[in-house]
Amino acid sequence: MKIVVAIKQVPARDSLWRIASSGKWIEEADLSYEINEPDAYALEAGLELKEAHGGEVVALCAGPARVAQTIREALAKGADRAIHVEEEDGRALDPLATARLLAAALRGEAPDLVLTGLQSDDLGYGQTGSILAELLGLPHATIVMRVEKLDGGIRVKRELEDGWSQLVEMPLPALLTIQSGISKLRYATLMGIKKAKTKQVRRVTAADLGVAGPEGAPAASVTIERLYIPERTRHAHLFEGDPREAAAQLVEKLRFEARVI
Amino acid sequence: MSILAVMEQRAGAWNRMSFETLAAARQFAKELDTTAGAAVLGHSIGHLAGELTPLHLERVYAVEHALLKDYTPDAYTIALRQLLELAKPSLVLFPHTYQVLDFLPKLAASLGKAAISDAISHRVDHGQLVLTRQLFQGKVNVDARFAGGAPHFASLQAGAYRADQLADGAPHPAAAVENFTPRISHSDIRTRPFELIRESRQSLDLAAAEIIVSVGRGIKDAGNIPLIEKLAEALGAEIGASRPICDAGWLPNERQVGSSGQTVAPRMYMAIGISGAIQHLVGIKASHTVVAINKDPDAPIFEVADYGIVGDLFQVVPALIEALQQPR
Repeated sequence: MKIVVAIKQVPARDSLWRIASSGKWIEEADLSYEINEPDAYALEAGLELKEAHGGEVVALCAGPARVAQTIREALAKGADRAIHVEEEDGRALDPLATARLLAAALRGEAPDLVLTGLQSDDLGYGQTGSILAELLGLPHATIVMRVEKLDGGIRVKRELEDGWSQLVEMPLPALLTIQSGISKLRYATLMGIKKAKTKQVRRVTAADLGVAGPEGAPAASVTIERLYIPERTRHAHLFEGDPREAAAQLVEKLRFEARVI
Repeated sequence: MSILAVMEQRAGAWNRMSFETLAAARQFAKELDTTAGAAVLGHSIGHLAGELTPLHLERVYAVEHALLKDYTPDAYTIALRQLLELAKPSLVLFPHTYQVLDFLPKLAASLGKAAISDAISHRVDHGQLVLTRQLFQGKVNVDARFAGGAPHFASLQAGAYRADQLADGAPHPAAAVENFTPRISHSDIRTRPFELIRESRQSLDLAAAEIIVSVGRGIKDAGNIPLIEKLAEALGAEIGASRPICDAGWLPNERQVGSSGQTVAPRMYMAIGISGAIQHLVGIKASHTVVAINKDPDAPIFEVADYGIVGDLFQVVPALIEALQQPR
């Protein structure tokens, strides 16, 4: 089975968020980056399917030069090769523009299965996977918790709300968006890290792919007006400072004011 | 008609979030000086469409087909594309449910567009709609507009609009129900859905717990969980967890609180190292008292908390255990 896993690099979760002076994005200067968490699970699901059924795992990632690190990590964990869509201004892309880049990069690849995380931790649209399925003409399922290979197809377990789930079958090729927790994430081994250095990374640009708009990226159907830190409507009684004093004050309040303990 | 709310039903029962979407459609229509309508898709759903007619709408579409009985993204996309050709709305609104998340991006992409998904509020600026959504798990907001021509697509976060305002207002002539039968064939549908299943309820029922101590990412490592167990013991509490903790296998899934786990209503809910993603907050909103302990004063959990300590949980939790062991 030839499996493509689309992964994204996002700012680390505990970053300090500051708005850039343009108001259109965040200040990137002191950010550190990591793989989008649901995408790490999509990669894990892809690697496990390959181990069980044979084939190849191709990591696909769009972004500026810094995403090479995330690609190297995917290769170190066991992806066989990678495609890096060089895109300087990924933050400005809406999910359709991103999916157009990814779809164009997959021309000629003919994967049996395309996997990605159900949404990104940065923009959080939750759309790129389902759009990519439409652009590639593939059947899809989202929020997938389990994947089983059948003869000529797959059976997946989709998560629904309130503890419900549903089994869905579909033929291959297909696209799935993977829910965090589908499996236990592996760590890269020393051998894997060493081998990653020799694996192939194909680099392409929007212009190479023929999907560049007037400003280099595909045209957007959503425009960002401004970013801002939301005002907190907070009514919490907060205790700060010395932890022991704060803890004592909190216990006092819980006992004698809220009377909940 | 200009704004269309697409309602969600399953086996003849509404997803109640649909009515928040309907309320938003009416409010947007008023502010944009246009009209609002609704659509419901399925098989034998005439009675559901009928329930919508008194709700101050211009028109209600009952989109009926045997192949819409069980949800599939292919059939829903085909049916809605045909409905949009007929109804020609300028804006189509959806509740941001798991099902909508499954087909809306595909539907919008088939028309060359991306939706503004999971919007939390709106304003109208010079006759144009501006929608607000959250980035970086709620840490940053963004105001966004649609580029390009209609129809535009958006989905609305649970709780962003209030369904209880739907009944307000002066009497209004009932909307006409328009029955629409889309052209769908078996061969259009590539996925085969099976019955819905619900994991048998585990022995642990957090919904009945009086006090819950819940732990999130801030705990950093499975080896630190015993610290939370000690605090829970001191409080006589059950232990809950946010999703990442259960995903990582540090606590069993039956302890997960939130939209994909258990919904709880304790006397006190203490969230430790939980930032407060919306999926978690919807599961705890019925709690009587919420206490949050987090090192980030801007964490969304503090917006719903009654009491909180801003600090390092590895210092605060041992101090709390000590304070609880002091006599009253």
